[in-house]
Amino acid sequence: MSENLNQPLVEVKNLKEYFNINVGMFKSKPLKAVDDVSFAIKKGETLGLVGESGCGKTTVGRTLLHLYKPTGGEIVYNGKAIKTKEDINEFRKKATMVFQDPYSSLNPRMTVSDIIGEPLDVHRMYSGRAARQERILELMDQVGLNSEHASRYAHEFSGGQRQRIGIARALALKPDFIVCDEPVSALDVSIQAQVINMFDELQEKMGLTYLFIAHDILVVRHISDRIAVMYLGKMVELAGAAEIYERPLHPYTRSLMSAVPQPDPKIARANKRIVLSGDIPSPLNAPSGCPFRTRCPHAAEVCAQSMPELKEAAPGHFVACHRVNEIG
Amino acid sequence: MPEHMPLLKVRDLQTSFFTPAGEVKAVNGVSFNLERGKVLGIVGESGSGKSVTAYSIMQILASTGKIVGGSIKLDGQELVGAGEKVMKTVRGNKISIIFQDPMTSLNPTYTIGRQLMEAILLHTNRDRKQAWDRAVEMLRLVNVNEPEKRMKQYPFEFSGGMRQRVMIAMALACEPDILIADEPTTALDVTIQAQILELMKSLQEELGMAIIMITHDLGVVAQLCDEVIVMYAGSICEQGTAEEIFYNPRHEYTKGLMRSIPTAGTAGTKLHPITGTPIDLLNMPQGCPFAPRCDNAMKICLRERCPRMEINEDHMASCWMNVKSGIEDGSILPEEEKGGEAK
Repeated sequence: MSENLNQPLVEVKNLKEYFNINVGMFKSKPLKAVDDVSFAIKKGETLGLVGESGCGKTTVGRTLLHLYKPTGGEIVYNGKAIKTKEDINEFRKKATMVFQDPYSSLNPRMTVSDIIGEPLDVHRMYSGRAARQERILELMDQVGLNSEHASRYAHEFSGGQRQRIGIARALALKPDFIVCDEPVSALDVSIQAQVINMFDELQEKMGLTYLFIAHDILVVRHISDRIAVMYLGKMVELAGAAEIYERPLHPYTRSLMSAVPQPDPKIARANKRIVLSGDIPSPLNAPSGCPFRTRCPHAAEVCAQSMPELKEAAPGHFVACHRVNEIG
Repeated sequence: MPEHMPLLKVRDLQTSFFTPAGEVKAVNGVSFNLERGKVLGIVGESGSGKSVTAYSIMQILASTGKIVGGSIKLDGQELVGAGEKVMKTVRGNKISIIFQDPMTSLNPTYTIGRQLMEAILLHTNRDRKQAWDRAVEMLRLVNVNEPEKRMKQYPFEFSGGMRQRVMIAMALACEPDILIADEPTTALDVTIQAQILELMKSLQEELGMAIIMITHDLGVVAQLCDEVIVMYAGSICEQGTAEEIFYNPRHEYTKGLMRSIPTAGTAGTKLHPITGTPIDLLNMPQGCPFAPRCDNAMKICLRERCPRMEINEDHMASCWMNVKSGIEDGSILPEEEKGGEAK
């Protein structure tokens, strides 16, 4: 914040993450989970990341925090590239994560106060026992947990409360940036709204920046300033939340937006869905050129030859499609 | 009986699970009719009893579960207490079910063809050759490419959406009157979900069967269902046509649900969540089960459960708020028994 206001907080440049998959006794093949993805997130902004299972959205979130070592590309935080072990260690004090499954992401053998306090222990961020405990209770209060429950275990809580514990843990180090990986998809509708509101309030209060990964478009549309869409490891479109929802340009985004089940009978029944044929191909045998061409109703020869670049089609609206101008 | 008989008539269904901690009344007094060729949606949160209602109809409850009261009539035939012999002629034949997780509902060690043929051989007089042909025909019906080749493959060779298609093919192989779909698209991605829902709708129109769609996704309900039942803590709190439920909700829980879902219009605003956490079925309150979480709860709500009240001929709700508003606008005469005093 101090230097340039326009400088993004987090920048991801040409990020690549390949996993080696054994395809025979002695052969392995790279699975390109994330392939050449670039984006930037401004301070205080929420970037939504959507896509179907297997598109690499979770891997982007994890590689971003160096939970996986990137195969290529770089992550720039506050203008500084994260490279050495020390960088990563410092970075992780400022950037944390909330996980999808509030059941498996909390250690069943630890009390709530130890779960929330673990990041403090790891980074030695307290002066004494009393200060540690005080910070833990403060965190519990911030996420709406009753401080009397500090000595309980995770299994004594409902799904929504567990997710609050996970959020308190993510907040423990006073981060600037949180990767939220499907934080509400395991929750019931009525609880989901509570947790979404809490993310909103925490952002307002602490000026947090979010990368919000989810497959529920309506949730992402609600919480995000901008939305990025991924397909098979590639980013295919990136634009303002309202813009991409109302005027999607990429054929995949169009079908994705039209497939969103609208909770309103009149709209839902009048809605013309663009139903895609077939399934998402295996990332091990990704099609040449544009990854979406095998399911795209507008695919032409050029689509098989090269991967289209992510280009600015309208101000602030980026799309990776060869035929974007032709399909209107 | 008057001449009209609904295809499925459920009355005061009560199903309990007997656990070491005590009796859990998972379904507590559920009644509804299902007409031929209609799609009925059952919505509710986890633990609301929506799946147990379906499992009770099929009588495929876990061993600790038991139907303790009520009646389920299929075409006039009573199913509660009818015995396994009768149920075997019903399951997969007159009523079929598809489950949420297409991964675990197929046997990984048998080919798709063998699993498809099993139901056909069991319930019809076809021989193996005819059953094979029928299975291929069913796969073609649910838009599986190269069905002959696919018949010889195993479940792991199918994607999630394809497996769910196989489940639908299997469920429809004997042309059931009722298809129960228990969260059929929850495990699937949105574009695949759209494919499956579209497929179910077109098959339903083509074959004229009735569907019971169990889901927590109000979007799925809005798209597919003619009628909707909203369940909370084992009982029905509101019931009506989809239009009535979405545009004229008359139970505080339904209203809360509608307010708490994000839509395109809610961006940049705060959602209005339902406060509190879902109820513990082992400690049910005396009055309305939703009262502890209800912002408008009145004294009577905590004391007494509201009976089913008719809002109009397409709509029923069990909420004292309707009595309160009725008294206020004069359509209900205040009686001391019914009148709810504001807290």
